[in-house]
Amino acid sequence: MQKRVTFKGWLLPLLLVAPQVVVTAVFFFYPAGQAVWQSLFIPDPFGLSAQFVGLGNFEFLLTDPYYRASFVTTGVFSGLVTIVSMGVALVLAVMADRLIRGSGTYRTLLIWPYAVAPAVAGVLWLFMFNTRVGVVSWYLGQLGYDWNHVLNPTEAMGLVVVASSWGRISYNFLFFLAGLQAIPRSVIEAAAIDGARFWTRFRTIVFPLLSPTTFFLLVVNIVYAFFETFGVIHTITAGGPQQATTILVYKVFADGFVGQDLGSSAAQSVILLVVVGLLTIAQFKFIERRVHY
Amino acid sequence: MKGLFLGSAMLASVAAFATPANAATEIQWWHAFTGRLGELLAEQVAEFNGSQSDYVVVATHKGNYSETLNAGIAAFRAGEQPHILQVFEVGTATMMAAQGAIKPVFEVMAEGDAPFDPDAYLGPVKGYYTTTDGKMLSLPYNSSTPVLYVNRDALAGAGLDPDTELATWEQVGEVLDALKAAGHACPLTTAWQSWVHLENLSAWHNVPFATQENGFAGLDTALAFNGPVQVKHIQTMGDWARDGKFIYAGRRNEGGANFRAGECALFTESSAGYAGVKAEAKFDFDIRPLPYWSDVEGAPQNTIIGGASLWVLAGHDAEEYKAVAAFLSFLSSTDVQAKWHQNTGYLPITLAAAEQTRAEGFYDANPGTQIAGEQMTGKAPTANSKGLRLGSFDQIRGIIDEELEAVWAGTKTAQEALDTAVERGDALLRRFEQANR
Repeated sequence: MQKRVTFKGWLLPLLLVAPQVVVTAVFFFYPAGQAVWQSLFIPDPFGLSAQFVGLGNFEFLLTDPYYRASFVTTGVFSGLVTIVSMGVALVLAVMADRLIRGSGTYRTLLIWPYAVAPAVAGVLWLFMFNTRVGVVSWYLGQLGYDWNHVLNPTEAMGLVVVASSWGRISYNFLFFLAGLQAIPRSVIEAAAIDGARFWTRFRTIVFPLLSPTTFFLLVVNIVYAFFETFGVIHTITAGGPQQATTILVYKVFADGFVGQDLGSSAAQSVILLVVVGLLTIAQFKFIERRVHY
Repeated sequence: MKGLFLGSAMLASVAAFATPANAATEIQWWHAFTGRLGELLAEQVAEFNGSQSDYVVVATHKGNYSETLNAGIAAFRAGEQPHILQVFEVGTATMMAAQGAIKPVFEVMAEGDAPFDPDAYLGPVKGYYTTTDGKMLSLPYNSSTPVLYVNRDALAGAGLDPDTELATWEQVGEVLDALKAAGHACPLTTAWQSWVHLENLSAWHNVPFATQENGFAGLDTALAFNGPVQVKHIQTMGDWARDGKFIYAGRRNEGGANFRAGECALFTESSAGYAGVKAEAKFDFDIRPLPYWSDVEGAPQNTIIGGASLWVLAGHDAEEYKAVAAFLSFLSSTDVQAKWHQNTGYLPITLAAAEQTRAEGFYDANPGTQIAGEQMTGKAPTANSKGLRLGSFDQIRGIIDEELEAVWAGTKTAQEALDTAVERGDALLRRFEQANR
């Protein structure tokens, strides 16, 4: 049984949590409430008039096959970004953890990409893969592969996944490395003495002990893929070709800021809020059970 | 922060002392130009500010066209709107529908006693920004129209006569065959596919892009660009894409880099692309009118414009609107317009500016630069070639881009793609109609 420390009376505890409640109310509940309210209207862009449509905006969205397809696109995109960025980071962290000499330099170099803003990263990758003047696409052409992410949906998806994962690898690497270094050496040495080879030690000891870090990164990376990859997609594909890379957040932007359709945009952000909420609950309910703290 | 505060306090006090009894009226102009165009714009502002002492124009760059429009809208909602906002042509319907947010240019000019003759402007340019009963709502500023750029060296390299006729798409098709047979990697590319190959194609062949006079006659307009002329053109382009004769480079003007680098032989792009091609092309090029299909009756009609116009926003003092009127009439004066036209490749917006440019011998020294103007004014515009006035048009263009990409990739036929684009676009038009009821 945990020992519970309780306050006497209500005033002090309320006072102590008040700042947090106020901040959450002002910066989260108020804007979220506004979004919910606005999602019930079709306003004109200048805010001169608005018409109440009830759930009309939601009906308009959910009957739109392109909006429904955007859910699948978002799922594929976030899944791939999470797997690629966490997988690569884990491999690099395991290798960096075994390094004795030069590990400082190696780590510093690996952290650099994190300092590059997503939009800039997008432009960098776009340059390399530009269908006509890109270095990489030129080499691919020499090998007989005709790279064209402007028309090919699979290649476009691949490119935005790589560009989004690239900067994220640094972030994940940092956490994995810290996690690895927190694992007591004695446990690993004991296993080594018992005859466990590297791969067995990794599978049965290191990876399970790393699970809190992995779980944390899983949540954070999915949220990243959902919300913060906007810059990359905007610069590389602008959601194309044919909506192949239009994730939910990008559609909120496209409809709200390009299309001036604020009602639909608000309804989409409400849907997005619900989706991410459900996703996080699911993660904590089903995956966290398997995490060893 | 403290320094900043101190600095601004000092500035404020200096300003307070320095202000003469009759202070100059300051007006704000938000625009979307950078680079060379931004410099030319700044020159215009400096010239106006230097030419008189009553008014001061302050020009501010607010990002690309979409961002500038958004900045204007957001500022209006916050009550901080500029006096003049540069809005691209696809935002026209949005602005027109915002009755309470704009002050029509004809009204500003009349109240400001500025000399203003709507008939001085080129018909097709004026028509885009004028109501059906002839009232000009915004001032055309930068307008261009699509033309065909030809890499003469590439034609010669394929054993073709560089002067070969390219007036019709049938002739273009033959040249593409020859280029392909000679092993050319990029016979044809384009910029702004929807604008050139659907919007202008429709006007050029005098077929409707949308019902209700392309949206001029009412918000209850529906898209109509899935007719036989458009389907035939897009299907032909799709076949060319499949055969490697048409190379798709992107939704905006990505193809321009390929053409200027000498990789592509033919290029359909805005007349305003002239300055860039002239500066960069290391090959012999010329400009031809946009091709047309010879079997369509009435073609070629006239092409329509792209670009932007200046909108005056509501909610300012009469004195400030007087300043706006003075500035707008300065901008449409003949010298300013002629210079703008010659430096940028944008169309001259007044007939006088075109005449002056001709008289100065500019067209003789720069062959091909007159074609855009001729293409616009060759025939009196019809209901199908006045322009387009569609709500949510930026998004509809996005839909068209997506569906055209499906044709270029070979996953849809032109008919399927255009039917889908019409259906999806109509849904947006209905929402726009609802929002502005």
